[in-house]
Amino acid sequence: MRKEGEIRIPSGCAIAAMISKSGDRMCGERIVASMRPMHDRSNGLGGGFAGYGIYPEYRDFYAFHLFFDSRSTRKECEALLKEQFEVVKGELIPIRKTAAITDEPIIWRYFVAPLPSVLRDLQLDADELVVRTVMKINTSLNGAYVFSSGKNMGTFKAVGYPEDVGAFYRLDEYEGYCWTAHGRYPTNTPGWWGGAHPFTLLDCSVVHNGEISSYDANRRFIEMFGYKCTLQTDTEVITYILDYLMRVQKLTAEEAAQIIAAPFWSTIARVSDPAQKKQLQYLRTMFSSLLITGPFSIVLGFNGGLMALNDRLKLRSMVVGEKADRVYIASEEAAIRVMEPDVDTIWSPSGGEPVVVRVTGGQADGR
Amino acid sequence: MGVELFYPEFEVVRNYDRCIACRVCERQCANEVHSLLESKGIMISDESKCVNCQRCVALCPTRALKIVKSNCTLRENANWQNDTIREIYKQAQSGGILLSSMGNPKPLPVYWDKILINASQVTNPPIDPLREPMETRVFLGKKPERVQRDETGALKCELPPQLELTMPIMFSAMSYGSLSYNAHASLARAAEKLGILYNTGEGGLHEDFLRYGKNTIVQVASGRFGVHEGYLRSGAAIEIKMGQGAKPGIGGHLPGTKIVGDVSRTRMIPEGTDAISPAPHHDIYSIEDLRQLVFSLKEATEYQKPVIVKVAAVHNIAAIASGIARSGADIIAIDGFRGGTGAAPTRIRDNVGIPIELALAAVDQRLRDEGIRNSISLVVGGSIRNASDVVKAIALGADAVYIATAGLIALGCHLCRTCQTGRCNWGIATQRPDLVRRLNPDIGCERLVNLLTAWQHEIMEMMGGMGINSIEALRGNRLMLRGIGLTGKELEILGIAHAGE
Repeated sequence: MRKEGEIRIPSGCAIAAMISKSGDRMCGERIVASMRPMHDRSNGLGGGFAGYGIYPEYRDFYAFHLFFDSRSTRKECEALLKEQFEVVKGELIPIRKTAAITDEPIIWRYFVAPLPSVLRDLQLDADELVVRTVMKINTSLNGAYVFSSGKNMGTFKAVGYPEDVGAFYRLDEYEGYCWTAHGRYPTNTPGWWGGAHPFTLLDCSVVHNGEISSYDANRRFIEMFGYKCTLQTDTEVITYILDYLMRVQKLTAEEAAQIIAAPFWSTIARVSDPAQKKQLQYLRTMFSSLLITGPFSIVLGFNGGLMALNDRLKLRSMVVGEKADRVYIASEEAAIRVMEPDVDTIWSPSGGEPVVVRVTGGQADGR
Repeated sequence: MGVELFYPEFEVVRNYDRCIACRVCERQCANEVHSLLESKGIMISDESKCVNCQRCVALCPTRALKIVKSNCTLRENANWQNDTIREIYKQAQSGGILLSSMGNPKPLPVYWDKILINASQVTNPPIDPLREPMETRVFLGKKPERVQRDETGALKCELPPQLELTMPIMFSAMSYGSLSYNAHASLARAAEKLGILYNTGEGGLHEDFLRYGKNTIVQVASGRFGVHEGYLRSGAAIEIKMGQGAKPGIGGHLPGTKIVGDVSRTRMIPEGTDAISPAPHHDIYSIEDLRQLVFSLKEATEYQKPVIVKVAAVHNIAAIASGIARSGADIIAIDGFRGGTGAAPTRIRDNVGIPIELALAAVDQRLRDEGIRNSISLVVGGSIRNASDVVKAIALGADAVYIATAGLIALGCHLCRTCQTGRCNWGIATQRPDLVRRLNPDIGCERLVNLLTAWQHEIMEMMGGMGINSIEALRGNRLMLRGIGLTGKELEILGIAHAGE
């Protein structure tokens, strides 16, 4: 049977997220707990988490998380990294062995900074060099896979149920101001760790529930700009789209939402503010190939905030709850009630309506 | 000598029990097949003149007529087929080039018929277009590479000129002259009602149709017939015709018999002269020359109108399209080898060019490989026959399609493929006033509107089935297509997987 990346595998899912607007760091245990009541939304073939603000002591370095199939692949990859980066630290990611998670690859993390001389030679900014390095390793270095590459954030994912994955990666030992979580229900059994979510590039991470019908239109467009969709998953292409719109085109999260979940033309026609109307027309026309159709609910994490977004027909469930400076998002209300039993408000955002939460202080590296 | 005196290709079968000798067939046939044998008071036929346009059959009030293919043929021979032999007799007689009309009728592969469309089941819901919004609106034109902001940080929302269409379909170029006034009136009115565009073709624009400017593409072809500043300014877009799918590599030829009255005035050439457009544009011998013409036209219209460059699908179409995309053009139109025509040399029509499906797939992929797909829109034509062809073309990567033959059929064309004679009994491809009158532009317009409204509904149903509620999410979405009975190479060029994969 062909593994993920060689064939496109649709999947259903559960998602959850929590964020402190004031930037207070929260223990990862809580987000892991939120996935328990949604157990049946996953099927044990993938779970994962992303935490922001978890590496304050290395906040100026890109944190690379990698899966390796062998020691020699790791050595080869390290040699490649050292050609262009200063590696200030490289270590095994601490894990807790459990019966629920087996067949793990070799899991390492590196804190790296691009060599200034390399950036000068290549005339690239640091982020772009990181993106190219990630693409290079993931497409050409067989047996190595970068699954996290942002600053002061990290992704943790595996084949298994999300609550087991959280325990496996000892997330109770991390603190972050923002966490996202994912439980996966893929429609076959590739059993490959790289296929789990969240999917990340730089500090942009995406957890996603849905199966987008626009996939190949989106993929073939975004691949024009140097991205390589190696996994053939929706989440991967959504991550690249958001990276392209927000980092390369320098659009805000709200503007990006107006592209990927663009209002219907009939809705745009009813917008009364002429400037707003013009902007909606412009963004939809300019980036028409990045409109995402089909059911999705996503949480996009980035340094300094997150955005939750539904497809414009709201074909997937997603609820948002608030309590003091905390905002909680999940596929089901039950998950929010686990994170905060006593929320002040709870509501379902409408289709295509982005919920953007930005951190005002603390650990946030604002975007 | 008599060898060219064949038994006619068609037989007129008249049921004398039904025939009331009302002489409708006689009046309707511009080819003068039918006549009354006064001595006996019965209708007779000269079948050698019949082109099988079915006009008499359709209008016979007692259904006394039918036209059938004659079974009096030469001895069967798979190599020397009847048509081949007849053509040799014709050429031995005349010494001339064989002429024919409409698209390539040869049994070459129709890839549309070997491509299947996807639908959603379980993992992703189909969408019901009767209950949910379903969008088919498209904008054709260049999209800039980067967004710009002004000093306050607000987005600068200006785009280069775009053509807005309510559905990804336009009427392709057919000139006034090759078509009748009433056919053009039907197309122009239908385009306006539907919110799409029609195309003047290379014969200029009749002043009566200036009012449809917002829905008009004005064409500039190598003969430059009817081209002047006012003409360029009167349409919504300008199309430079470099080639045509039915006859790549040669220009057009409208016989002098069709250059009468308004046609002569609109083309700005004397009555009765043949309108022969050169094979090349004599100011375009290379790609850099094309760029100059593109910008000359843009200068003349103050950069307010998108410029389309239309080319025939030929072997190295991907490289040609890449050159056009970098020439400053806003839209590329590619015409496949099954595209129609009012007259083309038979050998060229049947043997030159490549199928539009392959050309489209190759061009779309090439422009993506070069990272310039968003800087130009892609319109394809050359035998788009129905709504599923449209869906397949969009999923392969087209922004919109051009249709022409399908529109003419809606107007009554029965595809007898003899437009070049100018005796179209349906009032479409003729300038004879008595024949032109047979096409009522009110009805013609209504039938075109009906056709495309029906197609739009069908497109929406198919999109909804795939769980797609906006046409842009279908564009280039090749995962929605599968091939059936195609070779590995064909699938590779089309960029699709085989059914079952």
